[in-house]
Amino acid sequence: MTKVENNKAWWLVMPVFLIVAFSAIIPLMTVVNYSVQDIFDPYTRYFVGTEWFKQVMTDSRLHDALIRQFIYSFTILAIEIPLGIAVALMMPTKGRGASLALILVAIPLLIPWNVVGTIWQIFGRADIGLFGAMMAELGINYNYASEPMHAWLTVVLMDVWHWTPLVALLCYSGLRAIPEVYYQAARIDKASRWAVFRYIQLPKLTNVLIIGVLLRFMDSFMIYTEPFVLTGGGPGTSTTFLSQSLVQQAIGQFDLGPAAAFSLVYFLIILLVCWVFYTTIMNMQKDK
Amino acid sequence: MAWMSWTLPTAAFFAGIALILVAMTTWQVISPSVERRGFLPLDTTRGDRLFIGLLTSAFIHLGFVALSDVSLYIATMLCVIWMIILMRWG
Repeated sequence: MTKVENNKAWWLVMPVFLIVAFSAIIPLMTVVNYSVQDIFDPYTRYFVGTEWFKQVMTDSRLHDALIRQFIYSFTILAIEIPLGIAVALMMPTKGRGASLALILVAIPLLIPWNVVGTIWQIFGRADIGLFGAMMAELGINYNYASEPMHAWLTVVLMDVWHWTPLVALLCYSGLRAIPEVYYQAARIDKASRWAVFRYIQLPKLTNVLIIGVLLRFMDSFMIYTEPFVLTGGGPGTSTTFLSQSLVQQAIGQFDLGPAAAFSLVYFLIILLVCWVFYTTIMNMQKDK
Repeated sequence: MAWMSWTLPTAAFFAGIALILVAMTTWQVISPSVERRGFLPLDTTRGDRLFIGLLTSAFIHLGFVALSDVSLYIATMLCVIWMIILMRWG
């Protein structure tokens, strides 16, 4: 039997394509255009070739911000993914407890980014904040406004508090989708709790974990609001991540050309890392 | 279109990308691509190899800009050779 290919359905995708064109493709093309010009106003602009790219790629402040960004993203991934799985495994599956746990876990996700920054700004202060006061009671001179390590700890804790629920909820839905027969078979084989996790739950969670890892990586790599509200990028530049450097350049100094070149390098890095993650996880699945 | 601040090189670049996409789509319609494994450590279709090629080409160009003062035409030529190798044996 020959398969009849009907490509008419593509027309139904057209509206989405048009929306994406307006919201992403055309702005991206504009950024490419800006990245090769020195723009003074809409009518005065000069072609400068790859000069901005050279400037951006050799700027040590941006190198530092990039390194900080990678350390930050991988740190929060290394904490949030295992913690999210653990929380999902511990959440009750039936009855009122399940609904209550879902609501409690989802609460941080409902809070806007700038509010999260403000909450932690107060929470971490030794004079009026619970966390800061607790650290002071423990004899630790905790001050995220002057100690880079403390600022980092607060920014990481804040992200873990804000976004681990997303991973937990994704894993929870993944766990609920595993048919009971798998567990029955495991019980017949007298499988240990670890074996059930390793050979039944974890493989079945792969798909939701791909989404979780990609979402968390992309979001954390583009993080702006929370550190901006909490530390303003300081002390010094210790928590200045890429997007904040970009905003300083584009809006603070109005250097549109270098900012556009920087955006493109930023975009390419995110594209590369996401592609590597996605391909690696998909191939791991295939090899099984 | 004035607000987009077009320049001839960027227009040529996007026209090139658009042409490649149209050509690849036509090729796909005429003879659909089959996943296979070449020297890359993963199964790829033609579209995958094109994506990998374009992404690596972007980084090769960035590397040339960042690390040397050599003309970018050399980088472009290297990338074209790389794309051919990747599409044929990748």
